[in-house]
Amino acid sequence: MSKIDLLVKGLVEQHGKTRNSLMPVLQGLVQQERFLSEEAMLVVARELDLAAAEVYGTASFYTFLDTVPRGKNIVRVCKTITCHMKGKEDIVNAIENTLKIRTGETTHDKKFTLLTANCLGWCHKGPVMLVNDEIYPDLTPQKAIEIIEEYATLNGH
Amino acid sequence: MEKKVKKVDIIFETALDTSPLDVLDKTLQRSADDIILELIDSGLKGRGGAGFPTGLKWKFTKNEDSDTKYVICNADEGEPGTFKDREILDRVPEKVFTGMTICGYVIGAREGYIYLRGEYNFLLKTLNAKLDIFNKALKDRNIDFQIFVKSGSGAYVCGEESALFESMQGFRGEPRNKPPYPTVAGYNFKPTVINNVETLVYVAMICRIGAEKFKALGTTDSRGSKVFSVSGDTPIPGIYELELGMPLSRFVDEFGDGDAKAVQVGGASGHCVPRKLFADTIIGFEGIPTGGSMMLFNSSRSMYNVLKDYLEFFTEESCGQCTPCRVGCQQLLKGIEAVKRGERPPAYLDEMKKLTGTMRIAAKCGLGQSVGNPFNTIIDNFREEIIY
Ligand SMILES: Cc1cc2nc3c(=O)[nH]c(=O)nc-3n(C[C@H](O)[C@H](O)[C@H](O)COP(=O)(O)O)c2cc1C
Ligand code: SF4
Ligand code: FES
Repeated sequence: MSKIDLLVKGLVEQHGKTRNSLMPVLQGLVQQERFLSEEAMLVVARELDLAAAEVYGTASFYTFLDTVPRGKNIVRVCKTITCHMKGKEDIVNAIENTLKIRTGETTHDKKFTLLTANCLGWCHKGPVMLVNDEIYPDLTPQKAIEIIEEYATLNGH
Repeated sequence: MEKKVKKVDIIFETALDTSPLDVLDKTLQRSADDIILELIDSGLKGRGGAGFPTGLKWKFTKNEDSDTKYVICNADEGEPGTFKDREILDRVPEKVFTGMTICGYVIGAREGYIYLRGEYNFLLKTLNAKLDIFNKALKDRNIDFQIFVKSGSGAYVCGEESALFESMQGFRGEPRNKPPYPTVAGYNFKPTVINNVETLVYVAMICRIGAEKFKALGTTDSRGSKVFSVSGDTPIPGIYELELGMPLSRFVDEFGDGDAKAVQVGGASGHCVPRKLFADTIIGFEGIPTGGSMMLFNSSRSMYNVLKDYLEFFTEESCGQCTPCRVGCQQLLKGIEAVKRGERPPAYLDEMKKLTGTMRIAAKCGLGQSVGNPFNTIIDNFREEIIY
């Protein structure tokens, strides 16, 4: 059995073999793999007894259920109004320069994907970003770069 | 008359002598009808934005004949400028659980779910740990009710109640036609009470302090207090519980930076109020209601940029299911850009206002229906900024 097979089987066992488990199963996969490959979605369809189109149809609706390859760390900078006013542009620029990619892209070493997101619910402490599930409020360009560098070394060895 | 906004401490207070479980024990000794009557008497209306009377919602669901019913706590909190539900779940989660359990007792439900937006996944670990303790306490008391957390995955529209049920059932988060309402057919098409995080805490607190104390705050149409999320051009951004029914001018005196030219009340889908209307605008259900989002803009801000930002938000977050909203949002965004560039005459703005009227009538859910709120209030009050 492939790694994906095992992962999906485990998730289905944990959440139950029903349609209502589809979101938690897909979320569990993304947690591990960072995105949903075609193979993964086919296995989910088989294990939950759903048409593959149903699985893809659901997954493609949700911003956090990526169906294109992503880096090991997904950085999402809030781009909504308050963070906009507080300088999210400078944060995005600083990260783009550090990682040498543009927003929407993934680094060559597949360590980082840089994205923007709508309001993350920390408007009183903008600008903010999420790295995977962790939140980083009150950013300055310098702070953002330090955080990214920390993740780079964390995952490096 | 007092000139300052009245700060209140109900939601976040943690009195050591009465724990949420004490409140629960005391409340469950009362009859379901008695609790419903007290909630109706308190005048509590939903804090998620729509403002439906909570006691009535519970009564309708209680009256449905069904073996299976559900309680759902809406913690999707996606409205730009709102961040109070996260703080409530972080600081006083037991009060939320207590409100849910009281609801389960009243309507006859055995399961409750908290639908937590994916952006708040970092809360999951502690929330689940606290739930384990709470669920065990319920079992120890032989209370047939358990609470679980379900995560969202980054979709604003899933805060809309019927889209939220679809998402929990493993489908695309596309709102359903109404009726039937959730009280009749909600999660798994069973009778369901869905309430905002804050609403559920007020329920628990009304059960503790009594409807009279709650009613003593606010106005006839807007009883009690509310948690506000204050952001933008303010020296003191943050979360504040304030008495409802204050004029916006009093709010701006307290939170503005001395140069406020507009306040967006109720988030991207809410209303933009210009300085000249501050004194005449009441924050409450009789004036402008709000899920709590208050964004201040000072005179250095371009209201064109603000409106463009909101329209980009709606264009991205529209579920695309119905044409008036899917195409309407895109056309409004393209339209103000065209007017700004001089490719369309200023009168085109009035054409677009007609389009928002169509959206209000023809769009399937509150997202498409309310795009006209920010659009019309910004166009009407800051027309020059949009054109030049
Ligand atoms: C597009 C859209 C998004 C919504 N998002 C939320 C939300 O994040 N949280 C919330 O409590 N209500 C939200 N609502 C309102 C819910 O549909 C529902 O009215 C509310 O959860 C009911 O709870 P209440 O009566 O306690 O306010 C949203 C509505 C719409 C149309
Ligand atoms: S109004 Fe917009 S968000 Fe609501 S159902 Fe229609 S397309 Fe979807
Ligand atoms: S606008 Fe960025 S967190 Fe709300």
